[in-house]
Amino acid sequence: MPVMTMIEAIRDAHAVVMERDGSVVVFGEDVGHFGGVFRCTKGLQERFGPDRCFDTPITEAGIVGVAVGMAANGMRPCVEIQFADYMYPAYDQIVSEAARLRYRSAGDFTAPLTVRMPVGGGIYGGQTHSQSPEALFTHVAGLTTVIPSNPYDAKGLLIAAIESDDPVVFLEPKRLYNGPFDGHHDRPAVPWSSHELGEVPDGHYTVPLGQAVVRRPGTDVTVVTYGTMVHVALAAASEVGVDAEVIDLRTLVPLDLEAVIGSVEKTGRCVVAHEATLTSGYGAELAALVQEHAFYSLEAPVERVAGHDTPYPHAHEWVYFPGPERVGQALRRAMEA
Amino acid sequence: METTAADARVGDDAARPLSLAIPGPPRWTRSPSDLGTLAFSAAGEVRRPPVDEPPRRMWDLATALVRVTDDDGNAVGPWAPDLDAAVLRQGLRHMMLTRELDRRLLMDQRHGRTSFYMQSTGEEAVACGFAVALGKGDMNFPTYRQQGLLVAAGYPLTSMMGQVYSNELDPLHGRQMPVFYSARDHGFFSISGNLATQFVQAVGWAMASALQGGTSIAVGWIGDGATAESDFHAALVMASTYRAPVVLNIVNNQWAISTHESVARGGAATFAERGHGFGIPALRVDGNDFLAVCSAASWATERARRDLGPTLIEWVTYRAAAHSTSDDPSGYRPKDEPSQWPLGDPVDRLARHLVATGSWSARQQEALQQEVEQVVADAQAEAAAYGTLQSGQRPSARFMFEDVFARMPVHLRRQRQQAGF
Repeated sequence: MPVMTMIEAIRDAHAVVMERDGSVVVFGEDVGHFGGVFRCTKGLQERFGPDRCFDTPITEAGIVGVAVGMAANGMRPCVEIQFADYMYPAYDQIVSEAARLRYRSAGDFTAPLTVRMPVGGGIYGGQTHSQSPEALFTHVAGLTTVIPSNPYDAKGLLIAAIESDDPVVFLEPKRLYNGPFDGHHDRPAVPWSSHELGEVPDGHYTVPLGQAVVRRPGTDVTVVTYGTMVHVALAAASEVGVDAEVIDLRTLVPLDLEAVIGSVEKTGRCVVAHEATLTSGYGAELAALVQEHAFYSLEAPVERVAGHDTPYPHAHEWVYFPGPERVGQALRRAMEA
Repeated sequence: METTAADARVGDDAARPLSLAIPGPPRWTRSPSDLGTLAFSAAGEVRRPPVDEPPRRMWDLATALVRVTDDDGNAVGPWAPDLDAAVLRQGLRHMMLTRELDRRLLMDQRHGRTSFYMQSTGEEAVACGFAVALGKGDMNFPTYRQQGLLVAAGYPLTSMMGQVYSNELDPLHGRQMPVFYSARDHGFFSISGNLATQFVQAVGWAMASALQGGTSIAVGWIGDGATAESDFHAALVMASTYRAPVVLNIVNNQWAISTHESVARGGAATFAERGHGFGIPALRVDGNDFLAVCSAASWATERARRDLGPTLIEWVTYRAAAHSTSDDPSGYRPKDEPSQWPLGDPVDRLARHLVATGSWSARQQEALQQEVEQVVADAQAEAAAYGTLQSGQRPSARFMFEDVFARMPVHLRRQRQQAGF
């Protein structure tokens, strides 16, 4: 089976869908000729022509606005916002338009589009190249929000996203583009070629939207997480020596609630972890759902591990980042309570 | 079945498939010889209207190119500024200091002493020349490529370097990426990484100056690519509606990372012409001609100071270096394009002018080069003594939790304590 980085897997997903479906078009800033600043669309313009993959002016509102119009008119645009931090000018088009078009027109018009954007810190990107704004999307009715943690899922989820009849926000943890980063920033980088989920099948397959997966079965405590933090949680569990069950949500909305609740009912303890800021983060929703649906199974309060409630700082990004040590502390607290 | 009005109107044309003009690679992987076909006016050719000329009578200035310094270094035509040679020599020094600062800090990034850097090489005249027209209290809303404004305003090089190193000298406590400076006392608004947001804020700052009975003006800066953002258009409509005392600068350095400037303007109108729909007078100026920059900046700032309203200026220049240390231009433009840029190098051109007018010599130029290298090297030694991002002597992480709010809320204080600071 071919071994791919997450970048190559995303590129391959584009190619597979573009080959099968002529209505799929790909565009964004530096996306066409250059192939994207992270090279996720490299070679697509060459292969499919400039009508299928092209560069846009620097206008995120324009990119998503045009995608909504195209999607309503029979196409399946998959567009790139260069960094999630640049998404805000497009937010109105995502929230007020794409998310609600089906509802407000009673299905007369729909917006089957995918908006890809790199998220997360750890590249010294400061406050404008590091954000994790998933909660700004999960809070919006009508949006599907996806975040893969490995190349295999990235390809399967992106194909499913593009083929979805609803708008999908596809968040790509940029620290995972080249390897399964576990939060130990001072250690040598590990490539995807050394990880089983770096093996990516050729051709078409999907990872269904709305389906979580257990990355590590365990009996002591459930860790509910996604994206980069999946790898951080796995590292923390092994370092602390706790038999944690680590759940990779993969899709945030619609949520695979059964997977979460089933696990918490088994372990009786729960830690929720994400890189985004704590307050009103997606972890708050998860914690609320766990207490709502598994209250009588809980033997300890639900712990949340998250980024601090500050903008992402440049020099102190590793103080901000909820690394294995902070997740480990939360595991211990959950076990000792 | 009834025939609708639409059926009758489109007739046979409806059978013809439509097509789009999608900019493809041939539009911008040009050979250097193609650069010669860009429309440039000759030095001295363009008229200089009085500052209070009605906007509609100045539309020609948005397609012409205001140039002053000719190939022999002479200042010619109505835009030739009446500036003391000492001012020009100082401008030359500022440009050379900026270039040397960029060279040193780029090397620092290459050696791992910081995470990131952005040079302004080739476009130093735009910032350093515009600064000549500004006074105490005026506020720039820059992009990340106007470090020349800080150098010209006398901002300490050690503060800039401290910011780039994220060390204890960093006035921003390590919070911001390198080059995202903030220096209120030096007329330099805090840099955002998000494009174009500052352009409309400049209009607001200028409006506040007028509303509060002030006399200072604001200057907005934006790149060619970012003019595609909605905030650019918002800036023009607000400036036009309220006739704000603001100068709105578009630095057209030909490249938005890998995307050629023609993509943002549809290859049609000039960026300066964007002003016309809003009734804003617009100039297109040779941004590598220090004298033309000073002259146009003085004309536009005078309009703002005399309550004649906003001016839009397109500075035609060239980004000689990569977009940033994260970029490699060899993937999208010919290697020799920078050296082929027909408007030349701003430092060389101003030096030639000074020599041509008898107020400079090759020997003085050489001495100045040595002096700026020494000044930057000394500043670097001083700044690096406080550590670099690599050496890990960072400002206390306590600062990370401050300034989120004016007063730190309880939840943040708790997070800071839990983090151990």
